[in-house]
Amino acid sequence: MHGLTESVIAAACSRVGQSVLHLDRRNYYAGNWASFTFNGLLSWIEQYKNQQEVQITELEQVWRSLIDEGEDAVPLSALDSSISNLEVFCYASEEEEKEEEMKTPLSSFQPVNAETVSEEANGDSTEAHDTVTGDDTTASDAKTPNEEHEVSEPKEDQHTSDISEPSQSQEEKESQLSSSPADPPVEVQKKITYQKLVKEGRRFNIDLVSKLMYSRGALVDLLIKSNVSRYAEFKNIGRILTYRNGKVEQVPCSRADVFASKQLTVVEKRMLMKFLTFCLDFEQHPEEYQDYTEKPFREFLKNKKLTENLQHFILHSIAMVTQHTLTEEGLKATQHFLRCLGRYGNTPFLFPLYGLGEIPQCFCRMCAVFGGIYCLRHSVECLVVDKVSNKVKAVIDTRGQRISCSHFVVEDSYIRDEQRQSTAYRQISRAVLITDRSVLPSESDQQISMVTIPPLESSAPAVRMVELCSSSMTCMPGTYLVHLTCSSSGKAQEDLAPVISQLFHVSTIPGEEPSEGAEERSKPAVLWVMYFNMRDTSALDSSSYSLPSNVHVCTGPDDSLCSDYSIKLAESVFHHILPDEEFCPPAPNPEDIIYDGDGPQAEGPGFDESTNTEADKSLAEEEGATHEKSP
Amino acid sequence: MHGRVKVKSTAQQEEEKRKEREKKLKAFVSARDAVLRKRSAGEHDEEALQLTQQLLSSNPDFATLWNYRREVLLQLETSREKDEVQKLYESELHFIEACLKVNPKSYGCWHHRSWVNTRLPQPDWTRELGLCDRCLSLDERNFHCWDYRRVVVKESGVSVEQELQFTDRLIGSNFSNYSSWHYRSTLLPQLHPQPIHSHRVCEEQLLKEYELAHNAFFTDPNDQSAWFYYRWLLGRGVCVCIFNCLCQLCDLPPGSVSDISNEHNLTVHWTEKYTHRDCALYTGEHRERRSVACVCVCGRSELSVEKSSVLQAELQSCNQLLELEPQNKWCLLTIILLMRALDPLGHEKETLAHFQTLKEVDPMRSSYYSDLCSKFLIENTILKMEYAEVRVFSLSNKNLTTLCHLDQLLLVTHINLSSNQLLRLPPQFAMLQCLEVLEADDNAIESLEGLYHLPKLEEVSLRNNQICKLSDLESLASCTKLTRLDLRGNPVHKTANIDSELSQLLPLVTALSL
Repeated sequence: MHGLTESVIAAACSRVGQSVLHLDRRNYYAGNWASFTFNGLLSWIEQYKNQQEVQITELEQVWRSLIDEGEDAVPLSALDSSISNLEVFCYASEEEEKEEEMKTPLSSFQPVNAETVSEEANGDSTEAHDTVTGDDTTASDAKTPNEEHEVSEPKEDQHTSDISEPSQSQEEKESQLSSSPADPPVEVQKKITYQKLVKEGRRFNIDLVSKLMYSRGALVDLLIKSNVSRYAEFKNIGRILTYRNGKVEQVPCSRADVFASKQLTVVEKRMLMKFLTFCLDFEQHPEEYQDYTEKPFREFLKNKKLTENLQHFILHSIAMVTQHTLTEEGLKATQHFLRCLGRYGNTPFLFPLYGLGEIPQCFCRMCAVFGGIYCLRHSVECLVVDKVSNKVKAVIDTRGQRISCSHFVVEDSYIRDEQRQSTAYRQISRAVLITDRSVLPSESDQQISMVTIPPLESSAPAVRMVELCSSSMTCMPGTYLVHLTCSSSGKAQEDLAPVISQLFHVSTIPGEEPSEGAEERSKPAVLWVMYFNMRDTSALDSSSYSLPSNVHVCTGPDDSLCSDYSIKLAESVFHHILPDEEFCPPAPNPEDIIYDGDGPQAEGPGFDESTNTEADKSLAEEEGATHEKSP
Repeated sequence: MHGRVKVKSTAQQEEEKRKEREKKLKAFVSARDAVLRKRSAGEHDEEALQLTQQLLSSNPDFATLWNYRREVLLQLETSREKDEVQKLYESELHFIEACLKVNPKSYGCWHHRSWVNTRLPQPDWTRELGLCDRCLSLDERNFHCWDYRRVVVKESGVSVEQELQFTDRLIGSNFSNYSSWHYRSTLLPQLHPQPIHSHRVCEEQLLKEYELAHNAFFTDPNDQSAWFYYRWLLGRGVCVCIFNCLCQLCDLPPGSVSDISNEHNLTVHWTEKYTHRDCALYTGEHRERRSVACVCVCGRSELSVEKSSVLQAELQSCNQLLELEPQNKWCLLTIILLMRALDPLGHEKETLAHFQTLKEVDPMRSSYYSDLCSKFLIENTILKMEYAEVRVFSLSNKNLTTLCHLDQLLLVTHINLSSNQLLRLPPQFAMLQCLEVLEADDNAIESLEGLYHLPKLEEVSLRNNQICKLSDLESLASCTKLTRLDLRGNPVHKTANIDSELSQLLPLVTALSL
């Protein structure tokens, strides 16, 4: 698996000179952290459905013969059950686009594109503008070299059929720019059909995990420290919104926001700023909160005589804690939020262009630069454990090869129940929506919004929503990609559908236009939605498994907004494996790297010697199913 | 080892960098010498442009080279078609832009850019405005760019409305940037002139501006930008300078002023229209066949009802903020100023309390606040006395640290300054030409330089002050009528032979207390 934690460990080990073999039974990178094109996601959904039916035949006979005396075999699970309750609904019109066929293809999409182009011409997001208008066929090449490999093999036919499209839409766009850039945008959106989504599918990068990066969080610090940041580009989250009294409102969180806010009175502005200033160094004023350390943060806010407005903003959108969170934790969360403000912009968050799935891949790339080897569709069947030392000395892959190793890093979903001491999983409920407009339209339609939705009922969980615009390179122009996340109390659909119906227009008939009046009409329409639950194993630790001490289990993504948990886990596993080595020291600039030895290696260090590693000690290994391993 | 990544050591990297630097320096020096040789040889050719370009792109602050470049360009200009001149200067603009990336605060670059635009047959102001916006978005306080932008705006005729929106945008993104507030204060009077006073702002817009300032100082009351702007706004609505008095002592020909009545009303023409002030002429005293007259004009411009109600509302807003931020100095000071504009006597007590708080919360400036407070107290006392008729003036026990408005006390004969914290009697004190008795006990006076040529001064009491040296008393010798002097409780009495020294210095003083 190439989840974030595993990828960081692999990069860190490789960086300090260890041999790393990275296996994954899947045919894509990043595991449950992956990011898919729309078509890629549809294949992933197919795979999920097939996996439910297919019985995995065990190759026990084969690997039994490879186990020597004095060794035990610990089989791994071949079935990934970390995703469940997957449901997909399409509300975009599924009918053929006759219109399009009758007219020229240009005119049918004209309004959508025209709108986008005119927005971009306003200069809202320059970096995105470059990429949108840039040559689309190179977009996938611009990703990691690995990515290209991954995309091309399993979906050869789709891929090639897609290639002609981007350049075509490129022409479309240019011709529309000159024809009618001033078309009203609202009428337009109805034209987005399911076909269109599929056709423009390559413009989507849909993450399975939805997280943002705190600008002073562990992930950003690591990206900077290790120089891995050079492999990715980022966009600021433009605004923080909240859902309150049936309306979506902007949360004033920075000094400039508070100044400009029209919904706060001047006195509220002062109270909010005063409270936030206090939170910045609250440890210096223990007298202010001493009496509340055992009480909820919410009560502390009430005691501070903050207005309802302000209490809501602070509790739900700034601290982002629950009704029951204790005061000190609430203060810490507020402080962290505030410290992240202003580093890169007016909100504390960054988002990687092309989706969060880029981040694990950046670390994979770093790992590869320092000699790590990657194999997709290549899984490990079982671990070979030395009976005396009770340590893993080798693994046997699905092709019956025995590969020696000194440490084995594995994702939780590969562990069978027999090796578990505890199965106290939680679940994360996720929904992914494609919508036709923003939940709060504003001057610029190219901003990423983070929306906090407090529990609709007291028993329901708080929902976190991230609305991505097309300039974040995660969805096609004219649409928004909306991620909803909460800790599960039931199936994802049960948890999230009520929230979605509050904020969005969900039509009953595909392609139908809202008719219930102005209110419903003003809401963005859902074109497509996917629900699923993802297992949250973050509560587990090494004591939850009965495994040899040199097997390091990485738990999957947690339900929090940031990736700190996964990064800290990676760091602790790394120190466990290599107690004396530095974790991700800055990678040198390319011009400072000396390639000695024979010539050809100068171009791609490490990639051309995978044959050696099979016999050699490979240090950190992971799971997968392979077709071929030679270059 | 095979295929492992090796990294250059820090020493290796530094050595490489050092060599690189040496190489650069050598190239720079030789190019510089070549350019200077060319210049002294009077060569103005393309090559000169190229050489200076190389040098300036690595060091844009080399003013001599910009000068030389201008000489070359002027020379080349003469031999070219208009189109070519346009191209020549356009490429110059491109070059300057590159230099600005090296140093965005280079005096030479910005100056040269202005110059190029004056030479350009068809300057592209929109582009220049765009450049300024980009520079200001990178550094909103780059005053070089602000200056240049003013030139561009003026030349290109950007509308005042657009410029006001520009300040809206800048203030919105960071309201601590005083440059944008100040710019706003120059634009508003142009855009919303008050019907009568062209340099003032109409009420309606004024209210919006007050709101903007409120938003800023309620959000961050410690940020002075908005407060300064606010004070400017308050000054727009009223003449904050409430006390304006002119006194003049002059010689008049005998008989021009009647001896019977001692008050003559005069018509005075003011340079500022629409202000009404009382004017009166008081006679002084005949002396040596010349009449000394004194024109004394006192008055304060009255606030219109609307203006005073606006100010009253502003005072309320500030008081609201003060409740939340009782320690905020900007708020306290603004409240004091508002109170003075509205009713200086009625608010005297509160004003004094606020000054006390100010001194506590901002001890660094406590002397400034004391002086300001003294000034206001003196103004209040002057307001209380009925014009110039009062000849006895008491400022005792008011914690005064400084004296001011002495010019308005021209006719005072008795002044009491006892129990204050005065350190000196300043030179302006000599204006009190009619002064007969001065009481200044219990101060910390060290210097008496203002007691100089006071022709009527008879009695001076300086008990418990800090007069140390005999020389400090020298100026008293010029007051020819001085007969009574009380110096008890001053360090000067320790001086040896003080009695004899003093009687030598001030022979006329008959009643001396030491």
